[in-house]
Amino acid sequence: MSSSSALTDRRQKLHTPRNFTTVLIVCIVLLGVCAVASLVLGSRPVRFHELIDGLFHPDIDSYGANIVRKRIARTVFSLLCGAALGVSGALMQSVTRNPIADPSILGVNTGAALFVVSGIAFLNISTANQYIWLALAGAAITAVFVFGIGSMGRGGATPIKLVLAGAATSAAISSLVSAILIPRAYVMDQFRFWQVGSVGSGSWSSIATFAPFLIVGILIALMTAPALNALALGDDVATGLGVRTGVLRLIAALAGVVLCGAATALAGPIGFVGLLATHVMRLVLGPDLRFVIPMSAISGAVILTISDVGGRLIGSPGELEVGVVTAFIGAPILIILAMRSKVRSL
Amino acid sequence: MIKEPVELIKAGRRQRRRRWIAVTVSLAILAILLCCAMLLLGNTIYPVKEVIRALSGDSVKGVSFAVNTIRLPRMLAGLFAGFAFGIAGYVFQTMLRNPLANPNVIGITSGSSAAAVFCITVLHASGAIVSAASVIAGLATVIVIYFLSRGRAFSIGRLILIGIGMQAMLDAVISYLILISSQQDIPAALRWLAGSLNGSQMRELPPLVLTVMIFAPIVILLGKHLNLLELGEQSATSLGVATDKTRIALIVSSVFMIAIATATTGPIAFVSFLSGPIAKRLVGIGFSNVIPAGLVGVNLVLAADLIGQFAFEVRFPVGIVTGLLGAPYLIFLLIRMNRRGEL
Repeated sequence: MSSSSALTDRRQKLHTPRNFTTVLIVCIVLLGVCAVASLVLGSRPVRFHELIDGLFHPDIDSYGANIVRKRIARTVFSLLCGAALGVSGALMQSVTRNPIADPSILGVNTGAALFVVSGIAFLNISTANQYIWLALAGAAITAVFVFGIGSMGRGGATPIKLVLAGAATSAAISSLVSAILIPRAYVMDQFRFWQVGSVGSGSWSSIATFAPFLIVGILIALMTAPALNALALGDDVATGLGVRTGVLRLIAALAGVVLCGAATALAGPIGFVGLLATHVMRLVLGPDLRFVIPMSAISGAVILTISDVGGRLIGSPGELEVGVVTAFIGAPILIILAMRSKVRSL
Repeated sequence: MIKEPVELIKAGRRQRRRRWIAVTVSLAILAILLCCAMLLLGNTIYPVKEVIRALSGDSVKGVSFAVNTIRLPRMLAGLFAGFAFGIAGYVFQTMLRNPLANPNVIGITSGSSAAAVFCITVLHASGAIVSAASVIAGLATVIVIYFLSRGRAFSIGRLILIGIGMQAMLDAVISYLILISSQQDIPAALRWLAGSLNGSQMRELPPLVLTVMIFAPIVILLGKHLNLLELGEQSATSLGVATDKTRIALIVSSVFMIAIATATTGPIAFVSFLSGPIAKRLVGIGFSNVIPAGLVGVNLVLAADLIGQFAFEVRFPVGIVTGLLGAPYLIFLLIRMNRRGEL
């Protein structure tokens, strides 16, 4: 056995994780199941024939069929948002080389919220097309700010520094948001629906607004994945392998912010999806980002949609905001990561 | 002439004691002034004489209601809650040797809040049950965080991260409880999100007053040991501190105060975080800062409530004012700690 064939063997192993096909099939089945669940379950459950009517017989105008049609947009929207948040989490974790990076933990969501609120209050903005740019700007500025504080001093951006910087910034921004909201009942009213962190507002027009950002973000993520793999080995090694680390970081971070900013603009602040989606995929697939990034999109979509369905069932006859559900099931991941990490790397 | 070293140390100690006394007395005077302002200011400003008559029990038309039913409970709630938050925050920060490790950041307040909201919205309980539940939940949160963060090696960083995770989960629980609560419970429950002195009532105060009366003296008495604990486990033991017992007594007392104060006023943001560092800044090190930290807490809550009530066209709850003041300080502190490599 020559050493070169051993090398190729190893490279192939790295190339496709052994269980990739299984994971892919499981994920796609889950995706289908939760899409159907999202159409069927809710405060008024839908029967099977009504589901078929709603999906395939546009001429039948029954109550159940109409409910299904209403839920289609919501389901598509939540799948897309979940995908965006999942990929955004994976990108931020690789760029910061930090396992706990997630849009909500870094305070990026609240940054977007502050800009949206200010827009409603001071600039009389009321359409999703206008929200989205404000939210993107807010997300980008907050991300830079938090990362700037978190990476000061010795050791660069360690998890503990980033989390604390994010938590402090979030706290500061939430106080500002409340201070802007309390005197302005009309803003409060508009903002309440946005802040609910719900995909229930999903409509075809918001999907159309969202789609370009999603496509661009995911394309960039897929294209930068091989270089991000090199970055995971350390800046020096990556530079040695011909990666321009500064440019790469900038582009990948921008894509991450665009994805989560756009999702936040349309669905409100939803936390912990990126953290959960990426870590589950890393656990089963290993570290190769060429697989982790696309699969995080699928797992993010599954997680967000399941959470949305769960929120509808738990909160029935109303509904529990999806952001609350994702925080409850995602925060334990943060705790587990903190328990497992070595003291030095905190 | 060069003084003897002992003389020098004694002189330094005298100087620090003088500073401690001066700062504590000034803080106390400021607190009293703020208390008076809380009683005198309002929609209508009554003459001092009438306010005093109303307080001493005479029924003065209009004045009695405004002062005794609205302003006095509000002032007392702020006074005792501020003292409790200040002391408890200082205890945690000193014991864990990290200003960021305070009940607000590591989720203890959220634990108490969640329990209080649960009692009010689901069990429709009030008074003693709410207090008991929030104390138990606060202690449980401490225990859970402690055991989760022991892991391979204890580290404050791990503890803070786990605390933040716990807080996110508990806040989700609070949101859920508020969602399922019936309409008439919502105003009471919303208080647990921001912290507010609005609508404080006389009959809600006894548990808070009693708790502070019992546990604040314990912490003040143990204050000397607290300073020694800050030097580290081994030094404290060799200086004669029963470290485990002292630590447990301090934690239990602090959690009692935090939990009851939270159940009464809601988690007033950042008071427990700000009080310790401010007191340390004013007094310097060497003496126990428990009392100054408590007084700083009182001043912060009362001043923030006055600002929230009168400085703007709209009335802001006290928690939002302290949040706006406290968050920038938190960021500043983080920047400084990062620069010095203390994290």
